[in-house]
Amino acid sequence: MIRQIGKRLATTIPSIIGVIIVTFLLTRVLPGDPAAYFAGPAATPQAIEDIRKSLGLDKSLPEQFVRYVTELSRGDLGKSLTSGQPVRSDIAQRLPASAELTLAGLIISILIAVPLGIAAAVRQGSWIDHLCRMVATAGVSLPVFFTGLILVYVFYYLLGWSPAPLGRLDVFNSPPPHVTGFYLIDSLIAGDFETFRASLSQLILPAATLAIFSLAPITRMTRASMLAVLGSDFVRTARANGLTPRTVIVTYAFRNAMLPVITTLGMVFSFLLGANVLVEKVFAWPGIGSYAIEALIASDFAPVQGFVLVMAIMYVLLNLMIDLLYGVIDPRVRLEG
Amino acid sequence: MNQRPDLDTAHIAATDTPLAAAAIAAAAGSAVAKSPAPPKQTSVFAHARYVISENPVTGLAFGLFLLISVCAIFGPWIAPYDPLASNTMAALQPPSAKHWFGTDQLGRDILSRVMVAARLDMFIAVASVALVFALGGLSGTAAGFFGGWTDRIVGRIADTIMAFPLFVLAMGIVAALGNTVTNIVIATAIINFPLYARVARAEANVRREAGFVQAARLSGNGELRILLTQILPNIMPIMVVQMSLTMGYAILNAAGLSFIGLGVRPPTPEWGIMVAEGAAFIVSGEWWIAFFPGAALMLAVFCFNLLGDGLRDIVDPQRRT
Amino acid sequence: MTAPTLLDVRDLTVEFMTRRGVVKAVQHVNISVAKGETVGIVGESGSGKSVTSYAVMRILDRAGKIADGAITFSGIDVRDAPEKEMRDLRGREMSMIFQSPRTALNPIRKVGDQIGDVLLQHVQAQPSDVKEKAIEALRKVRIARPEERYHAYPFELSGGMCQRVVIALALACQPQLLIADEPTTGLDVTTQKAVMDLVVELTRERGMSTILITHDLGLAAAYCDKVVVMEKGKVVETAASATIFKSPQHAYTRKLMRATPRIGVSLRDLLPEDMPVPPPPVTDPAEEKLEDKSPLLVVSNLVKEYPRQGASGSLASFFRKKNELPEPATFRAVDGISFEIKRGESVGLVGESGCGKSTTSMMVMRLLDPTSGSVMFDGEDIGAIPAREFAKSAMRKRIQMVFQDPTESLNPRFTAMRAIADPILRMSDIKGSDAVRARCEELARQVGLPVELLDRFPHQLSGGQKARVGIARAIALSPELVILDEPTAALDVSVQAVVLNLLEDLKQKLGMSYLFVSHDLNVVRLLCDRVIVMRAGKIVEEGSAEAVMDRPKSDYTKELLAAIPHPPL
Repeated sequence: MIRQIGKRLATTIPSIIGVIIVTFLLTRVLPGDPAAYFAGPAATPQAIEDIRKSLGLDKSLPEQFVRYVTELSRGDLGKSLTSGQPVRSDIAQRLPASAELTLAGLIISILIAVPLGIAAAVRQGSWIDHLCRMVATAGVSLPVFFTGLILVYVFYYLLGWSPAPLGRLDVFNSPPPHVTGFYLIDSLIAGDFETFRASLSQLILPAATLAIFSLAPITRMTRASMLAVLGSDFVRTARANGLTPRTVIVTYAFRNAMLPVITTLGMVFSFLLGANVLVEKVFAWPGIGSYAIEALIASDFAPVQGFVLVMAIMYVLLNLMIDLLYGVIDPRVRLEG
Repeated sequence: MNQRPDLDTAHIAATDTPLAAAAIAAAAGSAVAKSPAPPKQTSVFAHARYVISENPVTGLAFGLFLLISVCAIFGPWIAPYDPLASNTMAALQPPSAKHWFGTDQLGRDILSRVMVAARLDMFIAVASVALVFALGGLSGTAAGFFGGWTDRIVGRIADTIMAFPLFVLAMGIVAALGNTVTNIVIATAIINFPLYARVARAEANVRREAGFVQAARLSGNGELRILLTQILPNIMPIMVVQMSLTMGYAILNAAGLSFIGLGVRPPTPEWGIMVAEGAAFIVSGEWWIAFFPGAALMLAVFCFNLLGDGLRDIVDPQRRT
Repeated sequence: MTAPTLLDVRDLTVEFMTRRGVVKAVQHVNISVAKGETVGIVGESGSGKSVTSYAVMRILDRAGKIADGAITFSGIDVRDAPEKEMRDLRGREMSMIFQSPRTALNPIRKVGDQIGDVLLQHVQAQPSDVKEKAIEALRKVRIARPEERYHAYPFELSGGMCQRVVIALALACQPQLLIADEPTTGLDVTTQKAVMDLVVELTRERGMSTILITHDLGLAAAYCDKVVVMEKGKVVETAASATIFKSPQHAYTRKLMRATPRIGVSLRDLLPEDMPVPPPPVTDPAEEKLEDKSPLLVVSNLVKEYPRQGASGSLASFFRKKNELPEPATFRAVDGISFEIKRGESVGLVGESGCGKSTTSMMVMRLLDPTSGSVMFDGEDIGAIPAREFAKSAMRKRIQMVFQDPTESLNPRFTAMRAIADPILRMSDIKGSDAVRARCEELARQVGLPVELLDRFPHQLSGGQKARVGIARAIALSPELVILDEPTAALDVSVQAVVLNLLEDLKQKLGMSYLFVSHDLNVVRLLCDRVIVMRAGKIVEEGSAEAVMDRPKSDYTKELLAAIPHPPL
């Protein structure tokens, strides 16, 4: 099993190399002067020159690349002009916020989408089937930032159920002592239920927005996959041998149907990480997405580069985990490795 | 290209039920394949009419598409107000008989802005889809058919792009290349490249050793000729469906980028940037500024998704009776 | 004293809701199965034989329903029984095995667990002894090392072993009735014999009744007590298997019987009695002597090697005993074979799946490059021209092929005419759409394809019509050698009879040579002058058709011949 993990890890290396090369090229093939980008819009020509030397932008491209990789291996992602901090610490500080949001959204989404898709496939033609198909088609069409704004309007402005979309906590509460960076978990660990409740109420709307967004592809895929499996030969055999519908669906159909769904999760994560950025803007969520947006507006380039790199590496590792999960369920992949 | 098996299943299910239904039919075995054929062959139009009558939703999609195209082409001339004319006296007015969609913070008529914005959004979508179809579709087909180095190179490029969360990569590309509409088109094309390349590659690969391709070799067709005359025409329907679905995604992508300030600058009317401008006013109750452009976005994407489904039904010759 | 009736199907009508309205798949069908009896239901595609059995088990599709008639199983009214009762019946009192055994098993569940599920469901075992009983079930179907195989996944087993597992599943609870729906279609003839013998042995030993559904009249007659013949949803004849061959009553049965290739008949005998048949083309004996008797095709030491895949390597090592040698890194699909084909000769290349006959034919066709060895055609080494470039060579039009699957070998976007015209457009001197059309019509007439069908697409043509299009395309440029790769395997037996006769007539008329690749020995006997038997990439026997079929020398050939089901004559 360890060998399997090792092998899969090895296959991610070309992806990571590709990611590093692309993020490097993104800054070096800029039209105009890269140094000017890193120096910022308010820099004097002298400052630009200084930056150029200090970043080694006067050297040749291969040399710059080597320097870039060396810095990366030290964890050096450059310095942010707006915050004055190293990009690395900015990102490290903001990452838990994004992670908590994305995970919450994904979990809610899976808890709704998978049962919905299965029910739709099992009861073809029923109201659940129609609901599922509607959700799938509508969900793919809704812009995620639009959904967020509608939710804010309805639940904050009209109904007053939700607090103002001003970030992770309102002004009356302070963050719990840092253990994981996830406010929900940390506040429970500290036994602080007030903070837990406050963080949860701030989290619900943005997480729901993300959940609605990822609901559509997951439920569509679950339904299609379940339908295909229910029509397959081996399910026919199971039925012909008198197994109960429950056994057929749970033991025979479900696990097989989940395989393509897990494969789709990789794609869903890609969309989710992008949607995360938009949702953070709508809800003023202090994650790395809004960090990158603020940096973009201020033409502060190092954070943007750092953001893209970190997101990509996270995504590569997420895909790795999905591959391993797939291998756990599908013995064909395991044994043929 | 990817380690996980069943990705083609993923693709099949993503392009949805008729293929799954065919898989079910094939799985049930049966005499369907060998039954004697119906005697007549009807034209594309007759079949199109049949499909629309069967499925009114497809008809609705066509109608919507027409509406959006009219706005895109004739927008500036049929809009009731000048989309750029500000009138601070009439700012922040809710929808009324005078301004059907209300006015924004600068007093501009939102209905006019929404109509005119159709042009820019459609342009971005069409341009990026055309670009990615040309690049991704052709390279994917070649990769799937010829295999070898072509496959490896195309695969590497696609995998490298796929290693990024796509929207994030688009942000990076637009930030790097510069904040212009052209670069949004390029960025959107780049992030859709792997999908097209993969779909085209899978389709070409399946047909590479098919009986009729072997027969074409026996008939004296060279490999390149086979690619152009036998493989491409068979792949086209699936690519067209893909194009329609991607149009929707391209619009969402462009709107998302504009929402965070990339690509389009104010005061240019574009649906995404209008939603961004209206976002600040949602918390104070002026919902119409963000709502109408957002609804327009939703309808446009919805329309293209339905069109894709309907197109697939029409274009697939198996389903002609 | 006749045995009591176990299953009584009376006046059964099954309807399906389709897009085009209600379709009656089965009408007024009467079948009865006595205790311990084996009944064969025979019919071609569309006859409703499978639908009938699905109705008996009540596992019809959502769109299907029993519209009329009664089904009584062991006294129980199947039609009205509540679903819970049916579930108890299924697997415990009546069970079913299907075609394609590998897909009939859950690919990600261990084989032993799947048997265990059925045992537990019907309370034939407790969780404490279910593993033991499952292993016992595997042992009963003669699977070697059942304790090890209990833990295997379906993809680790061969096709034959998978079919045994499926049988074990069906018989685990000792049902009274076993329905076998085309259980051996697609299997090699020796595997088919093994599976059928096993089924018959197990069912007779327990006094079980069996229904065997098949398109092969010979198979049914060989293994069943009684045969029911169905056509287009209706039963046309029911008789004991001895009489069905000796004195078939119904015209359809006679047609089916005649069309079944078997010993002692000629090609013409396969055709229906009432079909007008032109006399076979007469060959002038004087002409024959003057003909050049030098070989047209000479294949020497042909080898095709493939690198071994990782999967089979590691699986093989999993099951390998400790002192066996590791297998070589490459796999020889074709291991040094040599043979020749003379002008005007028809040579059959037979063997079971995996023997290398298809690979050989691909290399002779120049669609695949040999690893070593030579292929000489009319004195020229065509093996030296790489497959990728052969399409442009002048030799291309002299060797053509008729494919196995008529559907797959036609471009779905080309009309029949365009498909036939393809070689004409590419490699002949005929120019201009009128001339090309005229030639296509001429070819259509030659193969018996009605000219008005030329403008249809493949999905609008029947199996037989598509086969004719493929043949017309192959002979379009009057090739000298035509390779026929199981050209009738996908066709109904009555259509097969007509197509085989067509192929023979064309060969005589156009003076072509045939290389006929097939696994069906009876068909090969009818069409070929000489026969080559292949096994595991090598030739094991070669000779004239009568010599090999009637006086086989090698043990393997004897085994193959013995495996062909012999209907009682």
